[in-house]
Amino acid sequence: MAKRERLSGNEAVAIALRQINPDVFPAFPITPSTEIPQYFSTFVANGQVDTEFIPVESEHSSMSATIGASAAGARALTATSSCGLAYMWEELYIAASNRLPLALALVNRALSGPININCDHSDSMGARDAGWIQIYAENNQEAYDNMVQAFRIAEHKDVRLPIMICQDGFITSHAVENIELLDDDTVKNFVGEYEPENYLLNPKETMAVGPYAITDYYMEAKRNQAEGMKHAVDVVKVIAKEFATISGREYGLFEEYRMEDAETAIVIIGSAAGTAKDAVDALREKGEKVGLIKIRLYRPFPADELAQALQNVKAVAIMDRAEGYTNHGGPLGADVMSALYRAKAQAFAVNYIYGLGGRDVRVEDIEGVFETLKQIVADGDAGETYRYLGVRE
Amino acid sequence: MAYNFKETMNKPERLAPGHRMCAGCGGTIAVRNVLRGLHEGDKAVIGNATGCLEVSTFTYPYTAWEDSYIHNAFENAGATMSGVEGAYNALKRKGKLDETYKFITFGGDGGTYDIGFQSLSGAMERNHDMVYVCYDNGAYMNTGIQRSSATPMYADTTTTPVGSESNGKPQNRKDLAAVIAAHDIPYVAQTTFVQNFKDLHIKSEKAIYTPGAAFLNIMAPCPRGWRYDAPDIMEICKLGVETCYWPLFEVVEGKWILNYEPKKKLPIEEFLCKQGRFKHLFKKGNEHLIEAFQKEVDRRWEELQFRCSK
Repeated sequence: MAKRERLSGNEAVAIALRQINPDVFPAFPITPSTEIPQYFSTFVANGQVDTEFIPVESEHSSMSATIGASAAGARALTATSSCGLAYMWEELYIAASNRLPLALALVNRALSGPININCDHSDSMGARDAGWIQIYAENNQEAYDNMVQAFRIAEHKDVRLPIMICQDGFITSHAVENIELLDDDTVKNFVGEYEPENYLLNPKETMAVGPYAITDYYMEAKRNQAEGMKHAVDVVKVIAKEFATISGREYGLFEEYRMEDAETAIVIIGSAAGTAKDAVDALREKGEKVGLIKIRLYRPFPADELAQALQNVKAVAIMDRAEGYTNHGGPLGADVMSALYRAKAQAFAVNYIYGLGGRDVRVEDIEGVFETLKQIVADGDAGETYRYLGVRE
Repeated sequence: MAYNFKETMNKPERLAPGHRMCAGCGGTIAVRNVLRGLHEGDKAVIGNATGCLEVSTFTYPYTAWEDSYIHNAFENAGATMSGVEGAYNALKRKGKLDETYKFITFGGDGGTYDIGFQSLSGAMERNHDMVYVCYDNGAYMNTGIQRSSATPMYADTTTTPVGSESNGKPQNRKDLAAVIAAHDIPYVAQTTFVQNFKDLHIKSEKAIYTPGAAFLNIMAPCPRGWRYDAPDIMEICKLGVETCYWPLFEVVEGKWILNYEPKKKLPIEEFLCKQGRFKHLFKKGNEHLIEAFQKEVDRRWEELQFRCSK
């Protein structure tokens, strides 16, 4: 029986992990993800899981040990934020190239400097090209649900890639919300036993991991990873469908909110989508044809599906919670604009940088963005496409 | 069980021939003889920091390793093996694995003394049931003989070149075995290729079969970096021990044990003069450099004797 609870996002993810009962969990504390290993070590201390919890001396080592464990044949994961993710950077690429289906519970936080413990997406956006699947959550429920689905996606034989389950630091990681938990057996059955095909601790066959491969083979290895990514799109959909049968909650590659006849729309990732939905509702009350798309799967990027969803929109604002320092916008902006271009879409598109380092984003701010989009449509001119929201200039 | 040289040497090789390490490389001598410490029938997972050993023994699609093997990166061999050992414990606990595995990681001095030091320190402090083996050739040989914190004073390397204003590396080498001993792990030992490998074989077996973390520091000369005639390797190792530059010792549960004391401690020149990297020390006017080198060897030897006398 599903159970209604009031939990922070970190606690919800920790409970999902208790239910998954992974084999190995190496971790190092960093705000705001610290609570995930902290809650989990209590489960270990009380014998509620069989997991080998390894309290390592750094994030570089947490990812290194997760890679070692996964290569050895274990279901393994770690958790981190911000500088912790930056510190394990090189290891992210190695995990992906070794095709290890490990997981990372990422609690998004701004990268230093200046040092800042609050939410933005600069940490995970920087890792977008590392070869990891990235899934983002709007609220605590989604963070929990995504974590439950993570290993099914990563371990799928057509995918075999590491997966990053992202939620917004403090906004969802620490805020307590109503949430519906699945019961332990339901999660256990859904996730299933991990049965790797090749692994270090296979008594029947040795394996060597992490070769030196230069011009002869490196490119094929990379191409192979791209193939796994291609398959990931369908696998994410299939697992979501199966998840709906146990939870009643439906997920896709992204969520379309009041998009049916929308003339202007915003594309956004993470918790600010909740605020933006309020703005959409308020404007719809006034008869404005506005809508929202919230990205769930960011890597691989569902470009064609997204362009299709935006095909009737006259103007779109793409909201980036990270800078790209290209002088024309952030990473999501670049991805969405390229998707629109590929689809020969006619919509005007502008890219906003917002919410850096935890800068608050309010309903009025988003209403202002829709106001701007309306003006762009009226003017027939997007004007400056690289904009900031809520910054003192 | 008493040590039997013939039996030990007749064990099947666990590092197959055909790899691309240099002729006369001390690294491979260390690896082959450490792996002789494994009991036949026991399985092992071998770890490896990036370095000569990794790029030359696991060049896709070939591997020279008879056991399961993992290379991750340069600075994380300790942490990587922590994860492998963690997986072993978890799979055992869940009843998914019956076999006994041993965990042995190799790193050069660059990956051990320097960039991998934090990862090593963490793995040792957590007391994972593993052996970390440093094959110490005293420089970053894989990238072309750059100095490391294991490089001895006055050695000519490509980043401490001898010149009109330079006598080679200005600093002392780090005493890593002592640093790791200060982690209070069950077993630490220092050895090299002497006594027909008896010391190395015995210490390897002890390290592998001591429950908990163990660390072996093996002086493993590099003909390219040290600039000596490849066949001289055994003579150089012997001189390293006889001059007390590289003493043989163990630290067992915190107790320091000196394994060998030369009857007559040889002057350090005898070790230095065989190696091109110290050639400049023998130029007229540089006698004081050799004196300084000797003084540091003496100081460390006395310190070790003191530790072992307690």
